[in-house]
Amino acid sequence: MELEAAKMLGAGLATMGVAGAGVGIGVLFGNYVGSGIRNPAGAKTQTGNLFVGMALSEATAIFALGIAMLILFG
Amino acid sequence: MAAEAHSPLEQFEIIKLIPIQIGPIDASFTNASLFMVIAVAAVTAFLTLSVNTRSLVPGRWQSMAEISYQFIANLVRDSTGTEGRQYFPFIFTLFMFILFANVLGMIPYSFTVTSHIIVTLALALVVFIGVTVIGFVKHGLKFLGLFVPSGVPIFVLPLLVPIEIISYFVRPVSLSVRLFLNMMVGHTMLKVFAGFVVMLGIWGVAPLAFIAVFTGFEIFVAVLQAYIFTVLSCLYLADALHPHH
Repeated sequence: MELEAAKMLGAGLATMGVAGAGVGIGVLFGNYVGSGIRNPAGAKTQTGNLFVGMALSEATAIFALGIAMLILFG
Repeated sequence: MAAEAHSPLEQFEIIKLIPIQIGPIDASFTNASLFMVIAVAAVTAFLTLSVNTRSLVPGRWQSMAEISYQFIANLVRDSTGTEGRQYFPFIFTLFMFILFANVLGMIPYSFTVTSHIIVTLALALVVFIGVTVIGFVKHGLKFLGLFVPSGVPIFVLPLLVPIEIISYFVRPVSLSVRLFLNMMVGHTMLKVFAGFVVMLGIWGVAPLAFIAVFTGFEIFVAVLQAYIFTVLSCLYLADALHPHH
């Protein structure tokens, strides 16, 4: 197989790791919204934690995307 | 009309502006150095000029400077308690530098300092080594109690302690790589979609709209990643000051 084709395939496969972040962020926001409906006053105290969790979960997706970029362009 | 094909990674090239050679060490003033100087100058100008009015009821600029101070002061106090107050200047400097460096990189045709692993690794190593030294100086060898969580049955310890040690040493890696990859991947994606705009001709308005929205998202990510780096540094510092779980 040519190197260019292998690079494209590798980058495509590496991007599948981004799915995990979608699940993680969805769980996080779902819990926030669900418990926010039950306790609206308490929800405001947790918005900081929400964004911290979102960034940490997104970081894992960015790790996968970074490997894909490195495979494709490195 | 079209120049030769540009790689999306070309924006991260280091260009030597003033070549300086000290013996075997290449200490040139590069575009990265220039943007670090610009970031430091911007932070200094923002903080010193905003509080020049020194009014009791702050105007807009003074308000912004006070809010940024208060934000990090609350963060340090909530994570580390009263013993961490002496480390507030370092945490504040870290936050303001990374924030301004990230946001300055969003200006078109500028250079993002934190999109190079060496810069973020240097910052993360300073935090990691500093925190470890603080832990040993403060607690001596009892600092190693950090790796043994309390309330754990004895037979689990041979499995748990190596995992704790490995996750401790992964900290500088994850801290630096998180910031580096967020910045690098964000900017690379912007360049890749910019390439699509040219390729698609009239239908290039679709990638263009996406770039507009994504740039807004990237500015949010720039601020958020600076905050995450600072929050995690405070957490590691709190771990070193109070290693009992």
